[in-house]
Amino acid sequence: MTACSLRGLHWFQALGRDAVEANDVPPSLRVADGRLGEWPVRYLAVVADAHNRFVRARQGEVGLVEGWGLAQAVEQAIAADRDQSCKRVLVAIVDVPSQAYGRREEALGIHQALAAAADSYARARLAGHPVIALLVGKAMSGAFLAHGYQANRLIALADDGVMVHAMGKASAARVTLRSVEELEALAASVPPVAYDIDSYASLGLLWRTLTVSDAEHPSMADLGRVVECLIEAVKDIQRSGPDLSCRLGASNRAASSRVRELLRAQW
Amino acid sequence: MADPTQLLHKRSFVELSARQRARALLDSGSFRELIDPFERLMSPWLAKQGVVPQADDGVVIAKGLVDGLPVVVAAIEGAFQGGSLGEVGGAKIAGALELAADDNRKGIATRALLLLETGGVRLQEANLGLAAIAEIHAAIVDLRQYQPVIGVIAGSVGCFGGMSIAAGLCSYLVVTQEARLGLNGPLVIEQEAGVEEYDSRDRPFIWSLTGGEQRVACQLADRYVADEVSQIRSEVSALLQQGLPPVPRSQQSGYYLQRLKALDTTAPIDPATVRHLYQGER
Repeated sequence: MTACSLRGLHWFQALGRDAVEANDVPPSLRVADGRLGEWPVRYLAVVADAHNRFVRARQGEVGLVEGWGLAQAVEQAIAADRDQSCKRVLVAIVDVPSQAYGRREEALGIHQALAAAADSYARARLAGHPVIALLVGKAMSGAFLAHGYQANRLIALADDGVMVHAMGKASAARVTLRSVEELEALAASVPPVAYDIDSYASLGLLWRTLTVSDAEHPSMADLGRVVECLIEAVKDIQRSGPDLSCRLGASNRAASSRVRELLRAQW
Repeated sequence: MADPTQLLHKRSFVELSARQRARALLDSGSFRELIDPFERLMSPWLAKQGVVPQADDGVVIAKGLVDGLPVVVAAIEGAFQGGSLGEVGGAKIAGALELAADDNRKGIATRALLLLETGGVRLQEANLGLAAIAEIHAAIVDLRQYQPVIGVIAGSVGCFGGMSIAAGLCSYLVVTQEARLGLNGPLVIEQEAGVEEYDSRDRPFIWSLTGGEQRVACQLADRYVADEVSQIRSEVSALLQQGLPPVPRSQQSGYYLQRLKALDTTAPIDPATVRHLYQGER
């Protein structure tokens, strides 16, 4: 196995350096409250925990405890801000290699844990919390659906280590009865199956891609650039509604808009 | 007592196509399909990968009534590409749910019924399938503020991947013995974690952990029904009449975290352990 990614942890530490960290979350989650410009903010990250009781979630995967734990951490923010006119910003720092794959996970309903996390993020957005996902590493499949994909705005670092995909290459090859080489050749001409962030950006789902000098170890300048972008994102969210319509419009995703037009016309 | 006329009228639901299923659950004469196959709105991505597309992209959207209540049905065709969701099929479901939520904001109490036979993301459209599924999740959570969203998993494909998360967001889940519900398909777990962790060919083992009966016994699904059209229809209707659950399953983090804390994670897992853990006193 390759070493666990530390990107999420590093960005969490950098963004949350003046924030107060929650101590009532599982060790595989990092949650901290601070300020982002003029707004209160809660940063959330899933990190590797070598001693995770669930062995299939020791490398930063989103497993049972991580799904339910994220759900609870977001739920707490919704409840705490229920009567506030200014709801805190939620920033999901995304560096998740996958969901946890295992017998124990399936038996105990990992799908339900991930649903809980998606549910909380979506309700936070509907309640008026600006929700932003900052992609600093991998954003894979079910893990990304649980942690980040419900955000109002998706921001990704322009870096080779940042990728969004539905399945790891080896499994995707096996399930589609192709070789990994065939899969890679195909990815070059079919943007939605590619693993690189530029192909992903062509689908129109990202609000911004950001160039930084070091995606692994953010410099002060990198941090400043990201904070500035997060602030811009909050302002942009406040100018529009809580839905996800800003993800539509790219030519590589024209059918998604066409389907909605037709449905509306025939409804 | 076996009534021969009743036996003759028994109709399997599992054997029906997606379109037949949607029709079978709606009040007679109320079925109206949106973006039907004659629109020929097909996947723009499959042909260039040598896969023959289908005119409805494997998803049927229909409006109609269930015992007089307004409902939109999204039925996934398990026989086309394993019920996988690509850009078009995914957008059909997300878009229909978005319009149902809009209806409710305008005072029209449209409910939703999802007939789930799906392996999740269609890998030939990978990131567009994943994005559509995120939008389906968003739309379920939105609509569920107003009216129930009911998921039916009948089999034989089952419900996996990102759509198992959608199932977890539903207000209620109806399952049969043929149904399976899990995040990761058996083949993928075997690939990622090894055959000793999960043997994808061991069907009794897989059903014992993720099958419909087990999911209901563990309170991860709500109703266990026979594979029979009228029974599924009457369960769906009863749940629609019942309205929203007090607390959706996906909002019970405190309870589930506490249950997981009580589990011995060093011991091997078996179906009885999960039933015992999740059935506890509520």
